[in-house]
Amino acid sequence: MDMAYLIETVVKIVVIMLIFSALAGLGTYFERKVLAFMQRRLGPMSVGPYGLLQVAADGIKLFTKEDIIPQNVVAPIFKFAPVITAATAFMAAAAIPFWPQFTVFGYTVHPIVADTEIGLLYVLAVMAIGLYGLLLGGMASANKFSLISAARTAAIFISYEVVTGLSLLAPIMIVGSLSLIDFNNYQAGGVSHWLVWTQPVAFILFWIAAFAETGRTPFHLIANDHEIIDGFGTEYSGMRWGLFFIGEYANMFFISFVIALVFLGGFGDGGLGGALALIAKVSFFFFFFLWTRAAWPDVRPDQLMWLCWKVLMPLAVVNVVVTGLVMMF
Amino acid sequence: MFEAIAFYLFSILTAVMFYITVTTKQALFALTALAAGMIFISAFFFILGADFLGVVQIIVYTGAVMALYAFGMMFFDTTRELKERSGSSLITAGLSILSAVFVVLIFVAPIVSTKIQVTAPLIAGATNSQSVGMVLFTKYLVPFELAAVMLLVAMIAGIVLAGKKMDRSLTLMAEEEIMIAEEANRKVLL
Repeated sequence: MDMAYLIETVVKIVVIMLIFSALAGLGTYFERKVLAFMQRRLGPMSVGPYGLLQVAADGIKLFTKEDIIPQNVVAPIFKFAPVITAATAFMAAAAIPFWPQFTVFGYTVHPIVADTEIGLLYVLAVMAIGLYGLLLGGMASANKFSLISAARTAAIFISYEVVTGLSLLAPIMIVGSLSLIDFNNYQAGGVSHWLVWTQPVAFILFWIAAFAETGRTPFHLIANDHEIIDGFGTEYSGMRWGLFFIGEYANMFFISFVIALVFLGGFGDGGLGGALALIAKVSFFFFFFLWTRAAWPDVRPDQLMWLCWKVLMPLAVVNVVVTGLVMMF
Repeated sequence: MFEAIAFYLFSILTAVMFYITVTTKQALFALTALAAGMIFISAFFFILGADFLGVVQIIVYTGAVMALYAFGMMFFDTTRELKERSGSSLITAGLSILSAVFVVLIFVAPIVSTKIQVTAPLIAGATNSQSVGMVLFTKYLVPFELAAVMLLVAMIAGIVLAGKKMDRSLTLMAEEEIMIAEEANRKVLL
């Protein structure tokens, strides 16, 4: 553990934090624009060219708003809950290889903060803690709608963790490692080596579960949109409310990275083309999150549970068993 | 140096979290401190190089404590303080000190007598998760399978206990059918 290693790690952490905080802000702009075009509107247009500075205007608004702590809330937990969501989203990014290694001025940079052998499990575990922020925010708010939202968060968490884990088990069995870099190297041979061709069921299941993990639209009922209220965020104001959204959008980017790395070949053999392809894949998955939001209504909570326990989980189990049999014989 | 800093940081954090868990009267504080303490314990596995067990600790206990939250939500108003019925504090303190001493004795005894041996030595060249798997499916296969059977028994028992009238769904029944079913229920109650 020398000084150079320490400085390099700190620089990497700061760069990832800055890039993805900015992207989370820009993500809200993309979302509003994409939704607007799909609904034949213009979206934000007034602030800056094509409304590009809307992000800055929103940021200033959120930072300077009064931070209201309502009566009867459990204040310490109410204040801390948004930090959990935002912090765990970025902590999960520690084990994601964002880019193939490259050389700057004769110094080789590995764009991954902690290359552990259990990278994939670590990312999913820490990302899952992020749901605690929503749960605690909802439970500490002393508001009935927030409490309903918290109950739904707990239900989604307990059900969809099962699908995420089981659907990834089959690819893990094939690759024989939990490191995202090993996953990438296994598929480095080109498009025909991608795991999506051998594991299509796992790919679809994990993609569906990703929507539940990030709380995006078909499964957006943790925010009680249909009750015309903001669920766990009802009592929040200012930057605390904003932190929930930084966490949500950062999670959307990171889970897109995980899908691209595990199933779609990641950055391939590590050349510039592979790196650009990874960005294209991640952009597609991020766009798909917005596309579904424009095209699909929310499901009911009982439909969500039905889908999880009666459709996705049996499919995932069958997929694991079939993969095991094929690998054995 | 980093290991020492991390160890002391996380020992203090874990101890403080569990202290809050047992002393607070607020259900929400207790549950949150419990979850935080369980997650901080994973740091010790990471420091010792047992990455796989560390992540498993995070996954298992976030899920398990989340289920506890759900129960807390059903049984009390978690934003209010609870009134606790506690007996003599002298007995509580005495019993906890006694049990703490016993636990330490049990774990320290083999170290002191230098009879401690590694029953499952590290396999050369295997990664952390691979060696856990090898030990689990060879030396400890029977306890592992027994635990699985016990969980299955608990699951089936849970379904049997909770699964009365699971063959009919109120959302799928017509209004009249629900009325008839309610009438039948009332007659049983009378």
